Formats: sequence, C-alpha cells, structure tokens
Amino acid sequence: MAKQVKIKIDGKEIQAEEGRNLVEVAKENGIFIPSLCYYEHIDPPLGTCRVCTCELNGKPVPACMQKVKQGMDVKVNTPVLNDTRKAIVEMMFAEGNHFCPACEKSGDCDLQHMGYEMGVSVSRFPHIFKDRLVDFNPKRMVIEHNRCVKCRRCIEEVLTSDGQQVFSFFNRGNETIVAIDYEQEARLSQEQALHAMQICPTGAILVRGASFGRPFGGRRFDLRSQNPESKKPAPAPQPQKGGKKGKPKKKVIATISLAGCFGCHMSMLDIDLGFMDLIDLVEFNKSPINDIKEFTQKCDIGLVEGGCCNSENIEVLREFRKKCKVLVAVGECAIWGGLPAMRNLVPLEECLEEAYLNSMTTEPGEHIVPYHEDLPKILDKVYPINEIVEIDYFIPGCPPNAEHIWKAVKNLLWGEQYSILYSEFKYD
Amino acid sequence: MQANLQAHQRAHPDLLDCLWSYQNRHGYIRDEDVAQCAAQRGISEVELEGVISFYHFFHRKPAGRFTIYLNNSIVSEFNGFQRVKEAFERETGTAFGGVDPSGQFGLFETACIGLSDQEPAALINFHPFTNLTTLKVKHIIAELKKGVPVEEICDEVADNIRYTPGEGRTLFLRDYFPGSAVAKLRGLTPEQVIDEMNRSKLSGRGGAFFPTGLKWGLCRQQESSPKYVVCNADEGEPGTFKDRVLMNTMPGLVLEGMIIAGYAIGASVGILYLRAEYTWMKGKLEKAIEQFYRMNLLGLNAAGIEGFNFDIRLQLGAGAYVVGEETAMLNSLEGKRGESRVKQYFPVERGYLNQPTVVNNVETLCAAARIMELGADFFLKLGLPESPGTKLISVSGDCHLPGIYEIEWGMKLEELLELCQAQSPYFIQVSGPSGECASMAEKDRVLSNDGLRCGGALMVFSHHRDILQILINFADFFKEESCGVCTPCRAGNFIIRRKLEKVRLGLARQSDYDEIRQWGRIMEMSSRCGLGKTATNSLVKALSAFPEYFAEKIQGEEDRLNKEFNMERAIAEYEKFRS
Ligand SMILES: Cc1cc2nc3c(=O)[nH]c(=O)nc-3n(C[C@H](O)[C@H](O)[C@H](O)COP(=O)(O)O)c2cc1C
Ligand code: SF4
Ligand code: SF4
Ligand code: SF4
Ligand code: FES
Ligand code: FES
Repeated sequence: MAKQVKIKIDGKEIQAEEGRNLVEVAKENGIFIPSLCYYEHIDPPLGTCRVCTCELNGKPVPACMQKVKQGMDVKVNTPVLNDTRKAIVEMMFAEGNHFCPACEKSGDCDLQHMGYEMGVSVSRFPHIFKDRLVDFNPKRMVIEHNRCVKCRRCIEEVLTSDGQQVFSFFNRGNETIVAIDYEQEARLSQEQALHAMQICPTGAILVRGASFGRPFGGRRFDLRSQNPESKKPAPAPQPQKGGKKGKPKKKVIATISLAGCFGCHMSMLDIDLGFMDLIDLVEFNKSPINDIKEFTQKCDIGLVEGGCCNSENIEVLREFRKKCKVLVAVGECAIWGGLPAMRNLVPLEECLEEAYLNSMTTEPGEHIVPYHEDLPKILDKVYPINEIVEIDYFIPGCPPNAEHIWKAVKNLLWGEQYSILYSEFKYD
Repeated sequence: MQANLQAHQRAHPDLLDCLWSYQNRHGYIRDEDVAQCAAQRGISEVELEGVISFYHFFHRKPAGRFTIYLNNSIVSEFNGFQRVKEAFERETGTAFGGVDPSGQFGLFETACIGLSDQEPAALINFHPFTNLTTLKVKHIIAELKKGVPVEEICDEVADNIRYTPGEGRTLFLRDYFPGSAVAKLRGLTPEQVIDEMNRSKLSGRGGAFFPTGLKWGLCRQQESSPKYVVCNADEGEPGTFKDRVLMNTMPGLVLEGMIIAGYAIGASVGILYLRAEYTWMKGKLEKAIEQFYRMNLLGLNAAGIEGFNFDIRLQLGAGAYVVGEETAMLNSLEGKRGESRVKQYFPVERGYLNQPTVVNNVETLCAAARIMELGADFFLKLGLPESPGTKLISVSGDCHLPGIYEIEWGMKLEELLELCQAQSPYFIQVSGPSGECASMAEKDRVLSNDGLRCGGALMVFSHHRDILQILINFADFFKEESCGVCTPCRAGNFIIRRKLEKVRLGLARQSDYDEIRQWGRIMEMSSRCGLGKTATNSLVKALSAFPEYFAEKIQGEEDRLNKEFNMERAIAEYEKFRS
C-alpha cells in the first residue's frame, strides 16, 4: 500500500495516499476543484484549460497536474482564485460561439456546468464572434468548431485500433482548431465514435443520429451540480445596486423586447398568480405588458430582453438607460446576443440576400431587400446590450427562469435576500 | 493498456528536415508530399498537417519562387516598415500575404528576424537584406527579375560590436582560438567541471537566469542514459541579436560550450537548434562543426579525452517564437508541434526523447567555454560580487549606435543609454516585449542579475514615439505567437489586443485600465508557459510608469453610454442596399 501523507487544503488537514491526483483527493474530501480538460486516466494530465488553477505553497498552479506530497499546502477557495477560474470559463464562452439553447449537448456539457457552478451570468470579456466552420465532411461525425475549447482530450484519447491519430490541433494561437482526419474517422467503430462524443467536454464532437441519446431533463447537469459539497445552490451573483430595506413602496418598472423572441416576457408572466401579488407592489410604465409606448416618468428598474440588431433597438436602449435607475439584461439575447447572434458569423449581405432574394418563398420579380427611410436600419451584427450602454445586472437563461427574474427584481427594488436554486440558473 | 499520446506519440527527429526538403524543392509542401511523408512514418495525415500548420515558414500553397519575409517588429515599424512594405508591393505587383500571378514573388510579414540593429530588414529565400529603403527595394526586385541569384545581391550582416569593457575585463568578445576552452577539460572530472561552474555563479542567459552549474549537476545525477545537450539558438525575443553575433563571429565558441556541457553531464549528443531566420549562418556553423571533427574536438574521444564520445548536429527551426521555450523546443526537436509541455518533469529529468537533457542558451554556453578557458576566478573578478561576469546586450531603436554591448553587470541604465547615444530616451524596453518597460525615472537602476535583469535586448524609444503603438505591436506579436494550447494565453492575448484597439480609438475609460491590470494578472497566474505569463508584463507596467500618457487617453463616465459603439459604422453595410 502506498504511503499515507498529510496535506492541507484550505486549512483543512487531509490524509491521502502519496502520489494521487490532487483534484481527486480534494473531491473525496468534499472540496470541489473545478476542472475541464482533466480526465482521470490520461497521464500526464493535459493541462490545457487552466480552469483548475489553485495555489500550492503560495504559487498559482494547475491542480490537475499535482500529485499529493507530504506537507502540501493548497488553497482553492480564495476570492482571487475563484475569480481567476471564473474568468477562464468566461474566456471560453467569449472565445467560442455557445448557443446553448440550440446545442445537442446542453445539460450534459462540462463547460456549461462550470458556468453554472461558478455563477457565470455574463462574460467580462467581449464575445469574439469568430466565424468557424461546422465540419459535416466526416462520415459518422459532425465537428462543431464553434464549441471546441481545445482541451485536447480527443487528440489524446481517440485513436484508431492501429494507433493512428484521428484528431490533431491545426494552426496555432487564436487560430487553433481541432482538425479531424476523414480517412481515419471512417475507420473508427461506432463504439469508438460514441466514446469520442462522450469524452468531449462540450458539444464539439457529435455522432450523427446519436447526439440526443439522453433526453433533456435527465441529463447529468440538468438539475444537480457535480460539486459534491454543494448543498448550497449555485452562487447567486450579487446585485451591484441594492435598494434599502423597509416598507415596500410602489416601484415603477419598464420592460422592453429588442432583438428577442418575447420568450423572456413570457417567462416573466410565468409566475402565474404571483403576478397578482406583484401588481400590488409595482407599477409598469413603458412596457409591452400594458402596451404603454412612451416613458411618462423616471423608472426604478428597466428589464431589457434581446440584443440590438437595428438602429431602433439602439435608440430605445439608450432611452432606457436615461430613464431607468437600474438596468437589467434579461436573457441570453440581451446578455451576449443569443440565438439572433448566430447571424454574426455570416456577413450581413449574405444574410439579407439569403432571406429576401434567394429564399424559396420569394415571389418571382420581387427581388428586393426592404429599405425605407422609415424602417429601422439593420446593424452589421447583433450587439449585446452591454456593448451599447452600461448594464447593472444580468439574468441568464433562454428564457430565464421566472423565479430567477422576480427574485432578482425584488432584491434590486427592496433589498430582499434571495438565493437562486441550481435548477433556476440556466443558459437554455 | 491505455494509449497515451504524450508517451505514445512517436518522435520523428528527422521530420522538420524532411518537411524543409519538400518546402525547398517546390517552394511549398504539396498534397502528395504530405501523403508520402505520413505513409513513410505510419502516422495519419491529420497529425502531420498539425505539425506543418504550426510553423510559420512551412507553406501548403505555393509561396513564390522568391519568398520574401519582411520583419514587422516595432523597431522596423519606426524605421520605415510601411514605406518598405508598399515598395515591395509596388515592385512585385502583389499584396502582402500572397503571391503574384506569375508565381514569382511571395510577400509575407514575419516577427523579429534578429536584425534590429539594421532595420527595416527582410529575408528573401532566407538570405538577409538589411537597412531597406524604397530605392533599395526597387533595385533588389529589378535584379531578381533579371535573374540575378539572391545570394549575389544579399547583404553581409554587420556585427556592430560597439563596446567591450576593455583589456583584461572582456569575457566574450576577445580573441578566440578554437579548442582552447575544451583543452582545459583534460585532467578534470565532470564533477570538477560542474564545481567550476558553480563557483563562477554563472546563471542562464536565455531569460530565466537559472544557475548553470546547478542545472548541469541535476542532469548529471540522473541515472537514465543517453543524455543530451541542446543549444537554444532560437533567439526569438524581438530586439535580441546577441546570439547571432556570437555565432557569426565565433561559431566555435558555442560548440566548445556544448562539448563542455556534454562532458559535465555525461552526454554523447549535442543538438544546436538554430532558428530558421538564421539560415544564412547555417553554412558557417556546419563548417565549424566539420572543422571540430577534423581537429578531433568532436567524435570519438572528443577533445582528446579517452572514452568521451561526443557528436553535434544542427537542427533548423521553422518559424515559431514559442519554440524558444525549452520544453517547446524539445517537442519541436522530436518533430512535433512546438507546444510547451506540461511541467511535470524538468528537461534535466525527462527532456529530448524523454531522456535527461540540458537546454542552454548560446550565450550561456559561450560563457561556460570562456570560464573553462580563463577560469572561474577571472569571471568572478568581473561585474558585481553577487552578479559576476559580463553580459551581452543588443541595443536597438532610437540611438546613434545600435549594436552589441558587452557590459559588466553593475552598469547603470543611464550609462548604457549614453554609450549608445540614445536620442532623448523616453520609453525603454528591457529584455524584449516579454520583459519590462522602464521610464527615465528608472535611469539609475543597475543592470544585474538581481537588479534590472536584462535578458539581452534593450530597445530605446524617444519622446516622439507613441507608447500605444509600441504596446500594440507587442500585443500583435503575442497574439500571433501563442501556441494556442492553453486558454488564458490563446484567448487572453486576443482579448487584450481588442482592448488596446479600444484605447487607441480613444474610447477607453479608467475601468478599461483596471480591467487590463486584472486580465493581465489572470494570464500571468494561469498560463501554461512563460509566453502567456509574461505577455502583459510591459503593458501593465506601462500603465503605472507612464500615468500621464494614459490619463490623456481616456474619457469621463458621465452618461453611462458606451462610446465604443459607432452607429455610422454599424449600419454602413446595410446602407449598400439603399436603392
Ligand atoms: C516564450 C519563451 C521564449 C523563449 N525564447 C528563448 C530563446 O529564444 N532563446 C533562449 O535561449 N531561451 C529562450 N527562452 C528560455 C528557455 O525556456 C530556457 O529557459 C533557456 O533556454 C535555458 O537556457 P539558460 O539556462 O542557458 O538560460 C524562452 C522562454 C520562453 C517562455
Ligand atoms: S451546451 Fe456546452 S457546448 Fe453546447 S453551446 Fe452550451 S456551453 Fe457550448
Ligand atoms: S473537440 Fe471536444 S474533446 Fe476535442 S479538443 Fe475540442 S472540446 Fe476537447
Ligand atoms: S502560455 Fe501561450 S505559448 Fe505557453 S502554453 Fe499557453 S498558449 Fe502556449
Ligand atoms: S483541469 Fe487542470 S488544466 Fe484543465
Ligand atoms: S429572447 Fe432570447 S433569451 Fe429571451
């Protein structure tokens, strides 16, 4: 039997077998160290994602690379480390194009789970919106380059029976992608192909006809966190501006749907009878809920659904910024563009021509892209609303869970304490 | 048994040479070359394509019978890069990044080519052309079109040795007699050689300043054999050209350093990894190696030591700054993508082909040779007690005398600036983009191992230069050169570059500077290798060293609207549909 050693994690004394992996030892002792590229039996570990950054004897290191040694002093949960790890996950969202509501892997995705676990409601980094290919050429697989986080698992793990590499990094730096060898891919067995899809921590590797193997709702991360310790719900982001405690006074709310689908507004109504209670406490000003078209007064809070896809969205949003003390981005579209931002990967001209000139339903002779002085002008891309005005608070989801919306609003208006359940914090 | 690539992926030490031979034969690597090369080695094509696509100088499309690489480093930029670039485009009738229709000229930009003392400079079929002007470009292209061979019109690279500490205090740039350093090995045990290095307190000159004797000792202790010596001649840090001058003036000295290291650690093979940008020196180095074999300094019973067999071969790189990082270099030597390795083992434990390996910089090995030749006591007399010896510094930028300065440790920054006749120095970049910047408030700082640690480059920028232009050039460099294997560096460098664009457009606020600091800290903490860890050093330091400059660049916070958004630009595309 291997030697037992003593180590310290976040001040807690732990006994463990010498040489074992730190991430696993921590997990067994109820301390969750986030990880993405780490995969138990790849040795040496891949060390690519850096999501596991911790402190060892005062120096930042990737935890997945550490073997337990006598006297190790490890720090996992410090404000700086938590923020660093969160930032790295945010980078991945900003770097890729993650349309969770349209993703086969949603609910089974490790990246998404890390986002939930760390309470990532918006990326601090601007989205790159790089146009990446979806590779439909392989016989059995589809490679969705928009979702790959370059963890390297597939490169190391997926080999043909005679040991040929099927995947490889291609290019370098920001241009790095994971290329697949069509010839070798065709030589994989169905089982090997499914294994590839399963070890990919995101939805980048899909096997045709098998990507919906597990139904939504029953997926690994749908309802529960993988954090063994986590009885607590996903950490709720602290609202930046809190109201004062005290007797509720009628507050004024404005809402708007910009480039969204009204799904978020539907969700706001989803608290059913709760809405009647709410109406006693708040009053709606400009909002599609009561159809008031113009602001008549300064509002306490503005809820904005959708990003900005045209010049009118911009004007309305700027007006909201002026008229509302607190501005909240509600839903993925408002937060970073969401599904409408799928068009950001394609030049505007191509989008419009596809929609108006080449579409199947275009009447012969009606080859025209609408353009009129009175029509709003279409922007080159869909902009997240925090790229246009300052936003105070972000509520993720597509649409966000109704409870999440109103808990956050009540907190912002009256400083009511709240916590968000894991199941109320979603990107889809 | 689980197939594990890092152990399982086979090494192909001859792969880079093989790819170079295809590249040189056809001007690019053809599909059939890839198929053939992969089949010969029994690897999948995707694995091979992964290697090819990593290196800047390998092309999968024709790159012109004359492939022209123009240096885009900041020193070049300030010395007329744009004019020279346009001249090349005019004279060849093609744009950068492409090849002209006749297939004659291919134009590409490239990172620093180690000629910062004679910028703008370019490589044409890897022959050097220095101090370029529009007229000179016109002449060069006309000659090439006439059919004059490149090697007949390329420039002799000047060494520009400007300063040595004088008689009796010069270590490197003194007369050199091949064989005089290794001659001292006779009669010494390897341990005694290592002791001599330890006593001299020599520390590495490749940037990390790791004690050389300690490194050799650790490698010697390893039981596994064979062991290897790798000479790091990748000199990719923009503004650095000291290794170039050492190899060009005394190619034998570095070889002697390798032999000494080999003897000390018990290796029988040394590999000199030469960056492709220095292809023009390859012939000279190979000749020196041949001469060493003839003198019996290499081969069986090398340097006349019974039972010590030592061979040296030269490996040409293929264009990737990160390969200068030692573990990336080991991967590259094994014919893999030049990504840095995970730090599970030191190279002295498991390096080239997983065997104990010492990787040393050219200057370190030259210093080791001189220490053997002249004795550790001589070395200890030079410089400062805690930081003995001399240091080669490559000076470039706004000064009258760019070139190589061999200084004793302990010289003040100000003295060096005076020696090179700097012109109203303002922004001083020490050790290249990954080093740190300094303002004149730091002119009294002392250059030393534990003071202002200069890895080898000093770039001087005068008052009329724009700090942001310098920092943006650096950010572009790191974005291009990141190997892409870890998140913070791959995505971070791109994101930082965007942020700087925002500052350039005059749209930044104080909060943007705070974010740059915060994001820089995240990259430093979590990147896998030195590239990502140091990429934002200078940027973050500049924010505090030049506060007035940055204060002027930002605007107030009044209306909480984001000034970056520009409606006119955003609807320009749609306006094309106006009928
Ligand atoms: C991104 C990066 C680039 C580097 N480039 C070089 C280089 O061009 N030449 C060099 O000698 N060392 C370079 N180094 C340092 C090497 O990793 C290594 O420390 C050095 O070669 C060790 O030799 P020394 O102990 O003699 O200094 C680089 C390091 C990093 C992180
Ligand atoms: S589920 Fe995962 S892979 Fe799919 S879009 Fe969301 S984060 Fe990306
Ligand atoms: S395709 Fe999946 S497994 Fe492969 S590197 Fe990308 S995220 Fe990782
Ligand atoms: S820090 Fe940059 S260069 Fe180094 S391993 Fe990471 S991506 Fe590669
Ligand atoms: S889990 Fe440690 S680097 Fe990815
Ligand atoms: S409209 Fe897209 S998330 Fe609500």
